[in-house]
Amino acid sequence: MTAHSDFPAHSAFPEPIEEAPEPYEHYLNHKYGLASWLLTRDHKRIAILYLISVSFFFLLGGAMAVIIRLELTTPEGDLVQADIYNRLFTMHGIMMIFFFLIPSIPSVLGNFLIPIMIGAKDLAFPKINLLSWYIYAIGGLFTFYALLTGGVDTGWTFYAPLSTGYTNTPVVLVALGIFITGFSSILTGLNFIVTIHRMRAPGMTWFRLPLFVWSHYATSVIMILGTPVIAITILLLGAERIFGVGIFDPKLGGDPVLFQHFFWFYSHPAVYIMILPAMGVVSELIAAFTRKPVFGYHFVAFASIAIAVLGFFVWAHHMFVAGISVYAAAIFSALSMLVAIPSAVKVFNWTTTLYKGSISWDTPMLYALGFIGLFTIGGLTGVMLATLGIDIHVHDTYFVVAHFHYIMVGGAIMGYMGGLHYWWPKITGKLYPKFWSKVGALTIFLGFNVTFFPQFILGYLGMPRRYHAYPNEFQVLNVMSSAGATVLGLGYLIPAVYFIWSMRYGKDASANPWGAIGLEWETTSPPPVENFDKPPVVTWGAYEYHESRVQPSLPPPKQEVMRVT
Amino acid sequence: MSSTTHVLPLRVYFAIFFALLVLTGTTVAVAFVDLGPLNNVVALGIAACKATLVILYFMHVRYATRLTSLVIVSGVFWLAIMVGLTLADYATRGWLGVPGR
Amino acid sequence: MSPEAHSTAIGPRGVAAAHGSTEQGHTGAHPPRLAHHFDSYAQQRESASLGVWVFLVTEIMFFGGLFTAYILYRSKYPEAFIAGSHQLDVMLGTINTAVLICSSLTMAMAVRSAQLGRSKAIAGFLVATIVLGSVFLGIKATEYHHKWVEHLIPGHDFHLEIDHLPTHHGKPVASELPSGVVGESRADVPLPSAGPQDIQAHTQLFFFLYFGMTGLHAVHMIIGVGLLVWLIRPSLRGMFDGNNHNYVEGIGLYWHFVDIVWIFLFPLLYLVGRHG
Repeated sequence: MTAHSDFPAHSAFPEPIEEAPEPYEHYLNHKYGLASWLLTRDHKRIAILYLISVSFFFLLGGAMAVIIRLELTTPEGDLVQADIYNRLFTMHGIMMIFFFLIPSIPSVLGNFLIPIMIGAKDLAFPKINLLSWYIYAIGGLFTFYALLTGGVDTGWTFYAPLSTGYTNTPVVLVALGIFITGFSSILTGLNFIVTIHRMRAPGMTWFRLPLFVWSHYATSVIMILGTPVIAITILLLGAERIFGVGIFDPKLGGDPVLFQHFFWFYSHPAVYIMILPAMGVVSELIAAFTRKPVFGYHFVAFASIAIAVLGFFVWAHHMFVAGISVYAAAIFSALSMLVAIPSAVKVFNWTTTLYKGSISWDTPMLYALGFIGLFTIGGLTGVMLATLGIDIHVHDTYFVVAHFHYIMVGGAIMGYMGGLHYWWPKITGKLYPKFWSKVGALTIFLGFNVTFFPQFILGYLGMPRRYHAYPNEFQVLNVMSSAGATVLGLGYLIPAVYFIWSMRYGKDASANPWGAIGLEWETTSPPPVENFDKPPVVTWGAYEYHESRVQPSLPPPKQEVMRVT
Repeated sequence: MSSTTHVLPLRVYFAIFFALLVLTGTTVAVAFVDLGPLNNVVALGIAACKATLVILYFMHVRYATRLTSLVIVSGVFWLAIMVGLTLADYATRGWLGVPGR
Repeated sequence: MSPEAHSTAIGPRGVAAAHGSTEQGHTGAHPPRLAHHFDSYAQQRESASLGVWVFLVTEIMFFGGLFTAYILYRSKYPEAFIAGSHQLDVMLGTINTAVLICSSLTMAMAVRSAQLGRSKAIAGFLVATIVLGSVFLGIKATEYHHKWVEHLIPGHDFHLEIDHLPTHHGKPVASELPSGVVGESRADVPLPSAGPQDIQAHTQLFFFLYFGMTGLHAVHMIIGVGLLVWLIRPSLRGMFDGNNHNYVEGIGLYWHFVDIVWIFLFPLLYLVGRHG
C-alpha cells in the first residue's frame, strides 16, 4: 500500500472523469451466466442478489398489506374473516421486518458501498458474504413455504403461550425460517465490522469515513449483539412447542413475560437495525445535494453509536401492560426517552446542513427530505409512547401501528428508496428518467401520509390493532387510510417500472452523475471488479465540498497516510 | 503489526493448565462446605477466574490488540445488560405490595 | 474465468484487471495463501482474528439467553433446582471438566506449533484434542443415558422420585439466593406455596435447562471436533506457518470458548446446594 503514497494528493477529489471508452470491463460484464452470479464472491454482485430477493419479499409483504387495507375499508369482515386476517397481518409483519427491512439497506446498499467507500477491494470475508445470502435465501424459503401452507396467526411477535401451546399454525416452520435468517444478519454484521476496522485504504481514518459507514458500523454492532438472543429465544420457543416443556408456559412453571423480555431485547434494537442505515443514507444525500459538509460530522457519527448502545436499554417499553414491575417500567420509560437525544442530534444537524446550502431538488434529495419530516413525526410519537401513561392508554391501538409505520416506512423505506435512487447510476451504470422519478417520490410521500396519518387519529380514538372488523364510526378514517394505501402502492410501482426500464433503455451514467464527493464516485459506473483501477489513497475528509473547491489555490490539508485500527 | 505472532513459552501454558485444574478441584471441594449464599459467589468467582485465565493466556488476549479486549468486554457488558435489566424487573415486582403490579 | 482472460483484459481499465480479480488471476507479486483482497499477511491475520472474536461475542449472547433463563428460574424455584442438581453425577462432571481443560491445553499447543510451523506437531496436538473432545462427548452421552433410564428427560415421561427432595438440616430448603431476586413477598401479598406437583414441574424446568445448555454445548463440541478433523490434512501438508495459521488459531479460539462455557455450566448445573 505504501508504494502508492505518491499518488496525487487530490485523488479523493472529484475531477471530471473522462467517459470510459466502451466497452470496458466492470463487475457486471466481466463474467456471464447464472453460475457467475450464484457462486460470486464479489460484494457488488452479492448486493444485487440481495436486491432481487428483498424486493421479492417486499412485494409479498406489500400484497398482504393490500388485502389488509382492502378488508378494512368496511367495518364488517367481508373480504376475509378473523382467522385469515390474523395470518395476513402476521405474515405481513414477518416478511416486511425479517426479510425486507432488516436486510434491505445493509445487505443491498451497505454490501455494495462499504468496501468502495473505504477504498477496499472487497469485504473482509467474501465467502462468508455469499454464505450469508444463501442462509437468507434458505430462511426465506422456509418462511415462504409456511406462507403457502397457510401462514402463522400469532402476530409477528410470537408471544408465548399463544405461540407455544394454542395456535395450530406452523409456528415452528416460520420460527426456523427466522432463526436461519438471523445468522445471515449476524454474518453480514460481522463482515462489516471487520471490514471497517481492517480494510480501510491508506489515509482513510475513522473521521474521514462517510457517515453511511459509521451508521452501518453501529448497525452491525446491534446485529452482532442482538440477533443471537432472538436465535436462542426462537430455539426455546420451538423446543417448548415440540417437546411440551414449560420454559414460557405458566402452567408448567414457566414465565411468558420472559419470552417478551428476550424477544424485545432483540426486536427493539432491531428497529435501529432498520433505521440507522437509512440515517446513514440520508447523511450522504443531504451533503451531496446541499453541496456542504454535514454539520457536526462528529456528533452525527457518534449519535449512530449512541443510538446503537442506548437501543439496548429500552426494550421493556413494549411490555408496560404485560405485568412487569412498575419500577422497571418507570426506568425503562425514562431510558427510552434518552434515545430521542441522539436521534434529535441527527435531525437538527441535517436541517442545519440545509441552511444556506446550495440545494438541488433531485429525486434522492426528495426522499431525504421526506425522511427527515416523517422520521421526526415517527420519532416524536415514539417519545409519546415511551411515556408510561400515554402508552397504557394507546397500547395495542392504531396509534402504535401508525407510529412504527412512520419509522419503518416513512423512515427506513424512504431512506432505502433515496439510497437506491442516489446510487442506482453507480450500481447499474444507467440513468433513470428524472421526471418520473420525481413523480414517484411525491406519490409515495403523499400516499404514505394519507395512509398512516389517519391511523394516529384512529388509534387515539381507541381502534385496537389486529382486528378485521371495527365499529362503524371508524369507517371514514379507515377508508381514507385505504385510499392512501392505493396511492402508496402505485407510488412504489413507478420506481419499479423505471428502474427495470433504465437497465435496458436508460442513458449511460458518468462516473459521478451528481458531482458528489466520496470514493464511490471516484471509480467508474459501474465499478470495476476490484472497485478501483488503482488502490486509492485518501487525503481528504468526507464531504469536503466547500473551501478547496471554491478556492482551488487553497493548500490541501496535511497528508496523513496511516492506518488506524 | 509485526509479521509474525507472539509465541509464548511452554511453561506459561503448563502453569495455566495446572492453575485451571487446581481451581476445578477447589470449586468442587468448596461446593460441599456450607457457606450460605457465599457458595454461589465462590462458585461463580472461581469460574470467572478460570475463564479469565483461558482468555488471557490460551486465547492470547493479553498479547493481542486493545480492540480484541474491547470486543470481549462489550460482549460481557451486553450480557450484563440483558441479565441485569431482565432480573431488575422480576426483583422489583413485589415492592409495590399490590398483587399483579 | 481463466487466467488468460485476465491477462488479455488489460485495457484502459487494465490496472485493476492485471491486479487479478480471482484466485487464478494472481500475478507473481501476490504471495501465496494471501487472499486477493488483502494487502499483507498481517492484515489478513488480524481480520481473521477479529472476525472470530466478533463471532464469539455472538456466542456469548446466544448462550446468554439460556443463562438468563437459568438465573431467573433458579431464583424462583431454588428447591427444584437443588433437587434436580442432586440427580447429576458430580464425579462425571468433574472428570469432564478436567478432560476439557486438558483439551484446551493440547489445542493451545497446536496453535503454538502452528505459529512455529511444525506440521507434525500441529497434527499430533490436533489428534490429542480430538480424542479428549470425544472422551468428553462420550462421558456426556453416558450421563444422558442415565437420565433417560431414570425418567428425567423433560417432556418425555418425566418423573422425579419425591424422596430425593433435599432437606437442609432436616428443614425444607428455603430460597438460597439473596431475597429480592424473586421479589420480596409482603405479608399482604399471598404467594402460592409449592406442592409436590409443582416440584415435579419445576424440576422438569431444571432438566430442560440442563439438557438445553449442555446439549447446545455438546453441539458446539461436535462442530469443534469436526473442524479439528478437517484441520489435520492441511496442517500435515505444511499449510501453516508464522505468517498463515489463521484457521488453526480461529478454531482454537472457538475451542477455548466452548471450554469456557463449560467452566460456567459445571458449577451452575452440578454443584447447586451440594452442602447439607
